[in-house]
Amino acid sequence: MDDLYRDEILEHYRRPHNFGTLEHPDLSYEGANPLCGDRMTLMLDLDEAGTVTDVAFTGRGCAISQASASLLTDTLRGRTTTELGRLAKDDVLELLGIEISPARLKCALLSLDTLQRALAERPAGTVTTPNAVEVRA
Amino acid sequence: MPLDAAAIRADFPLFKRDFGGGRTLAYLDSAATSLKPQPVLDALEAYNTRYTANIHRGIYTTAEEATAAYEAARASAARFLNAPSSSEIVFVRNATEAINLVAYSWGRKHIRQADTIVLTELEHHSNLVPWQLLVQEQDADLEFVAIDDQGRLDQQSFEVLLRTHPKLVAFNHVSNALGTINPVREMTARAHAAGALVLVDGAQGVPHGPVDVQDIDADFYVFSGHKALGPTGSGALWARRELLDAMPPFMGGGEMIREVHLRHTTFNDVPWKFEAGTPDIAAAIGLGAALEYLMALGMDRVRAHERMLTAYALDMLPRAVPGIRIIGPASPDERAGIVTFTLPGIHAHDVATLLDREAIAIRAGHHCTQPLHERLGESATGRASFNVYTTIDDLDRLAAGLRTVQRIFGEDGHSTAAGSVGAAAVQYPVSSHG
Repeated sequence: MDDLYRDEILEHYRRPHNFGTLEHPDLSYEGANPLCGDRMTLMLDLDEAGTVTDVAFTGRGCAISQASASLLTDTLRGRTTTELGRLAKDDVLELLGIEISPARLKCALLSLDTLQRALAERPAGTVTTPNAVEVRA
Repeated sequence: MPLDAAAIRADFPLFKRDFGGGRTLAYLDSAATSLKPQPVLDALEAYNTRYTANIHRGIYTTAEEATAAYEAARASAARFLNAPSSSEIVFVRNATEAINLVAYSWGRKHIRQADTIVLTELEHHSNLVPWQLLVQEQDADLEFVAIDDQGRLDQQSFEVLLRTHPKLVAFNHVSNALGTINPVREMTARAHAAGALVLVDGAQGVPHGPVDVQDIDADFYVFSGHKALGPTGSGALWARRELLDAMPPFMGGGEMIREVHLRHTTFNDVPWKFEAGTPDIAAAIGLGAALEYLMALGMDRVRAHERMLTAYALDMLPRAVPGIRIIGPASPDERAGIVTFTLPGIHAHDVATLLDREAIAIRAGHHCTQPLHERLGESATGRASFNVYTTIDDLDRLAAGLRTVQRIFGEDGHSTAAGSVGAAAVQYPVSSHG
């Protein structure tokens, strides 16, 4: 059986965890993979201390990007935005546990890239609506 | 007589490489770039080893040989396009540069506020973005000819847009994404009747069949060399002589000048007026060799070969690969050697990665046509594209490879949306989180 497409990856692709939307997310960002035009929207609920209380994502993508988003979002609850800011490429690759060729790296890292952009877009004391319109927290 | 693809393959050294277990590469990405035959490689080698010199300058033997070879390549390009004169051929790096040249030089002089340029929904980014930049600068407008469900230009929509009296109409000869062969001659005649000039993007026209710029009667025709068996860094703009004469230079520098003073310059004649600086001499000479190679094969036979492959693929793939969705013109008469497809429930990237393991190279993504993919409602598609060296065996390997992909994904090709993966995941309910 193919290692890259081992059962666990395909299972996350078929039934991605945290797939869907949040009603009033505190943080929402639509990321895109410029290589292929795939898009994903990541949504986070945060408490006052900036700890993730809930997470969801939607979008279309390949098995690698969907499995990566599924696995990554599973690890976000209970962590603070500061902790999320420290997440790096290797953390995601470790979660996936498969060899990713350079051409497919952007697929594997779309979810992390979207998370990082969501965090960077968020000025202190504000949250972002799904339409990326800023409102006071 | 049909092309003998097996014999032709002997001219392409890439087929000598072993891609594992004695397999050759089933190279089905020729629309991205073509493979290069030995005569082209020999031409590059000869320039780089036997007569390396700059052109249009030196008074010694090798400089004269280099100049002659460079200008002979220009004559080959003129002959290939049936251009009235080789002075109408401007060498550029690729079709993209040629379009930018026209947009910058002709466009900035002639496109004024509120003028309209008509493009189509079928265009490559290279025939969209230069015009977007131009109309932003000149405060002009873009309009787009619609496509029908088979990816053909809607001639009625074109007719309506011509009533806006556009200054320029620009469209591709052959769609790089869907293979659609556009009725360029008819569209050019109608655009001219409406008072517009016409630019034809021939990036996929030149590699796939005969091109006659006098018959098409367009004003500008552009192509890339590297998709037509030539080296990367080669390409050409053809334009009518009076247009080139009246156009201001694109870039300034050496070669494009006649006399330079500290505060003013007189420019060289066309085409050199548009060839500032030392060009990619080797690439231009290689392009000449590529076009000679194609002309020796005969472009009618090249087209017949690709039509045969396209007809075979359009007929065989839906039977051999259950569930495959082929996008674009259904008739091989309206389609060059480009077959675009999706597999339900499996993303094109995953298809391409798994085919790569079978030594099959296809393109996956939006093929530099994001607006077209939005129109088609697809974020990514797979694309198999052919050239003179493509064989029926390559297509059979593609079909077998696609079946393997379906097996790995557990897709038998007959799944309903409920039993399908991926595409159906988009509709998963909110409850799947938390």
